Amino acid sequence: MGEKIMVKGTEAIGEAAIRAGCRVYFGYPITPQSELTEYMSRRMEEVGGVFLQAESEVATVNMMYGASSVGARVMTSTSSPGFSLMQEGISYMANAQLPGVFVDVVRGGPGLGDIQPSQGDYFQIVKGGGHGDYRLPVYSPSSLQEAVELTIHAFDVADKYRTPVVIFADGMMGQMMEPVEFPDPIDPGSLPEKDWALTGAKGRNARYVTSFDIDPYKLEKMNKNLQEKYKKITEEEQKWEEFMTDDMEVLFVAHGTVGRIVKSTVKMARDKGIKAGLFRPISLFPFPYQRLSELADKVDIVMTVEMSAGQMLEDVKLAVLGKARTPFYGRLAGVIPTPGEILEALMKELGR
Amino acid sequence: MEKVSQEAMVIAKMPESLSKKEFTYCPGCHHGIVHRLIAELIDEFSLREKTVLVAPVGCSVFAYEFFNVDGTVAPHGRALAVATGMKRSRPDLFIMTYQGDGDLAAIGTAETIHAANRGERVTTVFINNAVYGMTGGQMAPTTLLGMKTTTSPYGRRPEKEGYPIHVMEIMKELPGVAYAERVKVSRPQDVPKAKMAIKKAFYAQLLDIGFGIVEVLSTCPTNWGMDPVEAGRWLEENMVKEFPLGVYVDKVTEVMKEKGVK
Amino acid sequence: MEHKLIAAGFGGQGVMLLGQLVATAGMIDGKHVTWLPSYGPEMRGGTANCTVVVSDEPVASPVVDTPNEIVIFNIPSLLKFEPTLDKDGILVMNTSMIDREPSRKDIKVIKVPANDVADKLGVLKAQNMVMLGAYIEATKAVSFESVIKALEKKMTGKKAKFLDVNKKAIEEGMKIAREQLG
Ligand SMILES: Cc1ncc(C[n+]2csc(CCOP(=O)(O)OP(=O)(O)O)c2C)c(N)n1
Ligand code: SF4
Ligand SMILES: [Mg+2]
Repeated sequence: MGEKIMVKGTEAIGEAAIRAGCRVYFGYPITPQSELTEYMSRRMEEVGGVFLQAESEVATVNMMYGASSVGARVMTSTSSPGFSLMQEGISYMANAQLPGVFVDVVRGGPGLGDIQPSQGDYFQIVKGGGHGDYRLPVYSPSSLQEAVELTIHAFDVADKYRTPVVIFADGMMGQMMEPVEFPDPIDPGSLPEKDWALTGAKGRNARYVTSFDIDPYKLEKMNKNLQEKYKKITEEEQKWEEFMTDDMEVLFVAHGTVGRIVKSTVKMARDKGIKAGLFRPISLFPFPYQRLSELADKVDIVMTVEMSAGQMLEDVKLAVLGKARTPFYGRLAGVIPTPGEILEALMKELGR
Repeated sequence: MEKVSQEAMVIAKMPESLSKKEFTYCPGCHHGIVHRLIAELIDEFSLREKTVLVAPVGCSVFAYEFFNVDGTVAPHGRALAVATGMKRSRPDLFIMTYQGDGDLAAIGTAETIHAANRGERVTTVFINNAVYGMTGGQMAPTTLLGMKTTTSPYGRRPEKEGYPIHVMEIMKELPGVAYAERVKVSRPQDVPKAKMAIKKAFYAQLLDIGFGIVEVLSTCPTNWGMDPVEAGRWLEENMVKEFPLGVYVDKVTEVMKEKGVK
Repeated sequence: MEHKLIAAGFGGQGVMLLGQLVATAGMIDGKHVTWLPSYGPEMRGGTANCTVVVSDEPVASPVVDTPNEIVIFNIPSLLKFEPTLDKDGILVMNTSMIDREPSRKDIKVIKVPANDVADKLGVLKAQNMVMLGAYIEATKAVSFESVIKALEKKMTGKKAKFLDVNKKAIEEGMKIAREQLG
């Protein structure tokens, strides 16, 4: 670890990828993450890596497919409309079992929407916006330090399970500055060899990487393998944070930057004598249902807060299973909820 | 002249096909000049009530607001697919797209080439300013060799970032294209020429000949990091060299003659 | 103690830089800090603002609805942010740009003719540094030494020659605030 430096979110994530040994980046400019693409255009040159601005996000994701299939640690970053265009390729990568890290700096939608922070793409990112039975590990950081750690972690998870992984950020995370400590860089040469990669069939049988089998029984087997993998990920890769949940009477659930905003609400509520707590899922797939369910036993109200119309809310309800009331507070289209207005929403719910 | 009548004159000169909304483009940006030319032509052809404008995603994303005609915004790069859908469903309408270089020649390349090749009866005005204006000056497909942008910080190198793409030269190879010309508007004397080019591209659609497209070499002082005068000069000295002006396809003039259109 | 600052003015008045310097100085002081800009198309020529939190504890929300300190560079920003200021909060305003009185009586007001002061120093652009000086004196959010260190980190290369005048501007701002605080 080095010294603390002030960085912008986009740069923190870009530098983290470099430290994780990523040496191949493809991308297409889109607000509010173009600074990450720009950072990589400078930085990859400095570390002898590859930077290429693709002609579109459709091309980008397929460049990722290509780079990953020959063994590279590869990353892209985009924002909502661009992530939509990547869905076909992501679905292919999922079934071809190709690792790759996607940073989606979500903005207000639907359609062209706006360029302000949003979490309205939860369904798309977490439930799979492409076709077929696949899941993607998804991480939602709430601070820049956490973004750095999760970006590095994302590369490891991607390689370990041979799957695309998503960092679910938003415009606030991309633009804000905070002190960050970067870990020492990993030497890309020290990463384990990928014994499935297409490296030329020298002295071995030819390999192939594909998302296809015309024989339904064989394709079903491929699918079952995927499902096995997702089961394992579900068992081993859940991450969350709990804040002031020990003595709580009401529980908030929020992820990413909103999770952070709600922390202030929790403190404000406690100043008013309301013992609030926060559950912040960090992995959205796998969603930490079990732990949330346990916490729900202790309270009557589990209030979800999102910058969406209520998408993660469905997972919260699946965890709570009717054991507590599950009200929702959300802002849409890139409007950021403030700690005060969230508190007001809670007070209303409490009838005070 | 009295002040009042002077004002009246200015208002009279404002094309009916422009809305009252003030342009939000940066000083010295050519988007505004080209908007005005298009609006004047729509007026002259009395097409205002038949026109549908497809705006792109780019600095001209608000174009539909500046024009007093029906309009929409297509997803980034897809304007010519959207326009195709419109024209095929309502051939009586006059359909225009207005697109930047990133929109038309990067993410939208497939839509552009295929609409042109099908000879869609639509008209496209293509603003080539050699950068992605709206997103803050990243490399465009038309960025010149050696040119520094926010994503080509070391200057565009052919071996890494490839070459600037020449859209008019590609159009020349596509039989569906009825009119293709590259113009500029940086000097006053360029403007009538540019207007005539766009007029021919209108006729390509109006006389049912084929696809019409006009590329306008344009400035982006903001992202080029220049003042408007410098930017104009830079365009004259560099862009014109890389992107030769002139008529690339013209199947329109002959038909105009045949039909006695002036 | 948590300093929740909103700095606001026209784009180009150096509002964002002021905020970044406060945040970086806070970091150097060993505090927890966040800096959050308001960004978007309104940035071009429009108003700009940023929110800075400097805290002894890890910063929860980087978004603030009731700041306890505001640094205001123009009238639209005064109208927008004065009502949001906490009771007993501190308003630092640039009176070279704002020719009206704040309406609240339950806040502390520091009036800084920042443009005039910077003009006298020969670098009008340093008006934001005058405001920064007044701010740190009035709030003690971060130390002068750390602000200078933060400034040194920012002003490298061609900008290094402005270090001295900026430092001077900060000191002038501090003096003005000190006089008004009595
Ligand atoms: C799918 C998708 N990818 C990226 C973007 C971001 N984006 C908006 S405009 C633009 C490029 C604009 O450049 P250009 O077409 O040259 O128009 P200009 O602004 O220069 O006039 C990009 C990449 C988007 N809106 N949608
Ligand atoms: S950024 Fe460039 S293209 Fe966009 S309005 Fe300004 S000058 Fe014109
Ligand atoms: Mg352009």
